[in-house]
This record gives sequence, C-alpha cells and structure tokens, in this order.
Amino acid sequence: MLGEGILKGLAETARNFAGSFVSAERLTTVEYPEQRIAPIEATRDFPFLVYDVENRDGGGPEWEAGMRCVACQICEKECPPKCIFIEKSKDKKLDYLGKAQFYPARFDIDISVCMSCQICVEVCPFDAIKMDTEFELATTDRFGGLLLDREQLAKTNEYYHKIHPTEAAEVDARLAEEKAKADAKAKAAAAAAAAKAAAPAAAPPAAKPAVHAVAAPAVKPAEGETKP
Amino acid sequence: MIDKLDQVFVLLTHWVVGFLPAFLQPVAIVVIAVAAILVTFPGLFAICVLLERKGLGRMQNRLGPNRVGPFGLLQPVADGLKSLTKEDLVPLSADAAVHFLAPVFLVVVVFMGYAVLPVGRHMTLVNMDAGLLFYFAMGASTELSVFMAGWSSRNKYSLLGAMRAVAQMISYEVPLLMSSVAVVMITGSLSLNRIVEAQNQYTWGLPHWYIFTPWGFAGFVMFATAATAETNRSPFDLPEGESELVAGYFTEYSGFKFAEFFLGEYVGMLSISGLGATLFLGGWSAPLAVLGWVPSWIWFFGKVMLSMCVFIWLRGTLPRLRQDQLMNFAWKFVLPFTMLNLFVAAAWRFMGDGWERWVVCSVVLVIAYVVMARVGMRRKHFGPRSYRYAE
Repeated sequence: MLGEGILKGLAETARNFAGSFVSAERLTTVEYPEQRIAPIEATRDFPFLVYDVENRDGGGPEWEAGMRCVACQICEKECPPKCIFIEKSKDKKLDYLGKAQFYPARFDIDISVCMSCQICVEVCPFDAIKMDTEFELATTDRFGGLLLDREQLAKTNEYYHKIHPTEAAEVDARLAEEKAKADAKAKAAAAAAAAKAAAPAAAPPAAKPAVHAVAAPAVKPAEGETKP
Repeated sequence: MIDKLDQVFVLLTHWVVGFLPAFLQPVAIVVIAVAAILVTFPGLFAICVLLERKGLGRMQNRLGPNRVGPFGLLQPVADGLKSLTKEDLVPLSADAAVHFLAPVFLVVVVFMGYAVLPVGRHMTLVNMDAGLLFYFAMGASTELSVFMAGWSSRNKYSLLGAMRAVAQMISYEVPLLMSSVAVVMITGSLSLNRIVEAQNQYTWGLPHWYIFTPWGFAGFVMFATAATAETNRSPFDLPEGESELVAGYFTEYSGFKFAEFFLGEYVGMLSISGLGATLFLGGWSAPLAVLGWVPSWIWFFGKVMLSMCVFIWLRGTLPRLRQDQLMNFAWKFVLPFTMLNLFVAAAWRFMGDGWERWVVCSVVLVIAYVVMARVGMRRKHFGPRSYRYAE
C-alpha cells in the first residue's frame, strides 16, 4: 500500500526521539571532553620510543639513558611518507644486552606527515618504536608543535604495558629470552675466559713440568740451534 | 478580560497609535503591524532551527547542539553571529547585481505572503477579498528568486540546482493550487478571513474544520505533500541536495546572503504552514468549543509550530527522492488525485447534510487512492539492488 513505508519510518523515528530521553540504547552519544570511553587495546595513531627505567647507561636524563633505540635508521628508510629523521650519535652506550651501541642524537617524527601505517614498528629489530594511543595532540603551532623530538617521543615501558598490555607482554618475554640467551652466552664466554684465564693461572705449577717436558725438547734444539 | 487578552496586540497597537496625530494613524498602524511580522517570524525561525537541530539529533540517536548556553538554547544566536561575521564572497564571473538581488527578492516575496494570513481574530494585515490569490502569486515568485540565484552564480551546481528547483516548484505548484481550490469551492470565497470564519463553527463542541471531511482530509494530505515540495524540504530537497550539488542554487553564497536564503526557506515554511492551517485546520479557531476562551493567536501559532515539527519529523525519516520519481509522483499521482478531489468536493457541496455524502465521498477517495497507488506501483520492483557491471 502506498504510504505504508512512510508511516513505518515515521514510527521508527518517533521511537528514536522518545526513546532518546529514557533509554541509553537510543542515545549512544558519549559527551567527549567530560565523558570518555575506555581506550581500545588495538588502537594506534602515532609512534613513540620505548625506554627502560631499570636499564640505564651513560649520563643524561632517564629517558635518554634507557632508550632502546640504537639509531640503526631502518625505520627512517622504510617510512613511506618519510616523516622520521634520525641523527646517529658519535659515541656508544651499552644496551640492555650489555653491548655497546649507538644511540639517536636526534630522533624527530613529524606527526603532521605520519600516516600511522605502523611500518616503522614492524621493521624495528630492537622493539624500540611502538604505536601510541594518545590522540589529543591539537596545537596552535602547526609546524613546530607537530614535530615531536626525542624527549616528547620517549615513553616508559610501563606506559607501553598500560596501553597495549598483550603486545607489551610478548615483547617483554622475547626480550627476556634474548637477554637470558645473551647472559648464558656471556656466562659461557666468561666461563671459557675464566677457564682460559684460570688455565694459565692455575696450571703453571702443575703444567709447568709438562710444558717444560713438552717444550724442553723443542726448546732444547732451539737452544742448541741458537747456540752453535 | 479574556476578550482583551485575545485582542491584546490589536489594543496595544491602537493605544500606541493614539499618541500620534490623526493623519499619521493609518500609516502607523500598518508600520507597527509590518514590524511585528518582521520580528515574530524570524524569531520563530530561530526557534525552528533549534528545534530542528535538537529534534533531528534525537531521531538519529544523538544529542544535537548542547554547548552554547544552557542545553544549547543559544545556538541560533551563535549561528547568526557566525553568518554575519563571515566574508561575503561574489564569484568573479558572476552577475553581481542579480547575485545580490536574488536573496533580497526571496526574503521580500516570502514576507509578502504574510500580508494576507489571518494570525488571529481581527489580526490580518490586509483583509483582501482575493487573499488566497495574492498569496499564491507571491508564493510562485520564489521560483524567480531561486532561478536568479542559480543563473547569476555562473556555477554548474548552482544552475543544476536552480533548474531542478524550477522544475519541481512548477510541478508542485499545480497540485498545491488544486487542493486549495476545493476549499474555495466549499467556502465560496478567496478571502482567507472568510475561510477561517467558515470553519470557526462547532457542532456538539467539535469544530467544522475542513480536515475533518473526506475531501478536506485528502486535500490536506495532498496540500502537505505539495507544500513540502514547494519549500524544497526533505524528501523533496533535490534543488539543494548536499550530496550531489554541494548546496544547489545557493552554492556560491556565503555570509549574510546565505543566511538570507536560509531565512527565506524557513520563513517560507512557516508561511505555508500558516496557509495550510488557515485552509484546512481552522486557522485561529480553537479545536474544541470549550477551549474557545484561549486567545486565537495562540491556536494559530500552535498549529504552525506543530506543522513545523511534522516537517522536521519527515526530514528525519525520509531519504531524498530521485528526479524522475519526483516528477512521476507529481504528475501521475498528486495532480490526478487533487483533480478528483475537486469533483468529490463538488459532490459534497450538493449532496445535502445527510450521512450519505460522508459514505459516498469517503468510498470514492479510498478506492481512487488504492487503485492509483496500485497502478502507479505496478512495474516497480522493490528488493535488493542488482548491479549489472560492478559485480
């Protein structure tokens, strides 16, 4: 029947109108600055740099000392819109594995250029750059205000755990495993080195005769050789 | 006391005018009445915009504006200030004179319609014998303004919007007139005051409004449809379809000229609501005889605001029509139906006061509605849309 659909539609909008005063289901608006919904774990917008509080080497503030980034510049090269700028340091610092590494003397991300593709995160071999969920980035300065430097980008591992708990736990497990492996390796190396060091140190009294015994004939001809 | 309240504006005018010399009094009365119209209806326009934004929001499960003032009540003020402070741009290749005149002409013509509307008992600015004719003459002039705007802008969207608007407004002007002619036939007068007087009678406490007769109800539905199309309101808002034509014929307007178009549109809606109320809903007369003590102007404005709410409700519900659907609907359904309604109204007039005329007129109209709807929808296929090339 002509007009039936219009009446049905009018009934539906009337239900919406009346329902919006009584039921939350028909008024889904969240009044943003006053009310907020819980952040979603899979959200991402712009990258930030992770630093570890417990792992510090060298001087400077905490964020600079514990920064995981080693200035390898892979992210800079992979970034599709080229919004990352890195300057490598001249000196080296020990990283969490106890290895001497470079660190970024400058690390800038222009978030007005960034397209939030997460490629930098995927290519980073050091789990040093991750995606942030902070979205209230409005500023009155559209050039300087949107160009974030190292200090603004650096955030603790705790913060990373807070915004992406699952992902951060995985990363931590992986890093711990690597560290354990490195520690084991270091221990083995240390043991070997110690053994090596111990061998000449502990062996001489016992080994000396042997050495002499073995070496003596060798030495002797030499001596003999030199003598004549 | 009650009579005084009913006539409070008339008495106030006469009291003010009493201070002036006698030869100035006729002029002063007119000036005061015109000023009242020029203040009241833009004021209602502001209220309507707020109602529309809040109401549409609620229909779409959101809150609507709620930041300016308590509950967002000052939003119209903010909107007005914004449009006043914006830069007034005129395209370089536009016809500057016509471009300037179009919004002015629209507002003038729209306000002229109020000259003949009876806002309350003894509250008509010009009590014209052919008031309805004058109203339609003024209403039809809005098309000129729309086409002036579209043509002078030198913009393809403006021109397309203006062409759509003119085609649509001319198509729906005919059924609008035809549905009103039935009222004129029954009343025997073109004077809007006479039409209201004819409806301001009561049997068993119920009013003699024309909407409560078969031909009046059918006429009112057709009038409302045509009025919606006349004022370019959703679902007939093709001339300014945002998704297709940016803003249609006022694409190239900004600042206060844009505000004038906006004002013209809403004041036009208020005015056509007023006309609909006058023709079919008894104008300023009370809906029940026992409510006769309430001032007449309250009833008139109540009816106008009620029909504005229906306009908003329709806008929140219906999607925009396509051009061919619009034209088909006007020429193949609304126009034949209003013409049939003329015959039904004539039959009603000459069948006497018995119950027979109720039965005959109702049956004829219902059968006509069903048959025409069936015939019109015969070859229409409703269902999931099929794509020929996209899949």
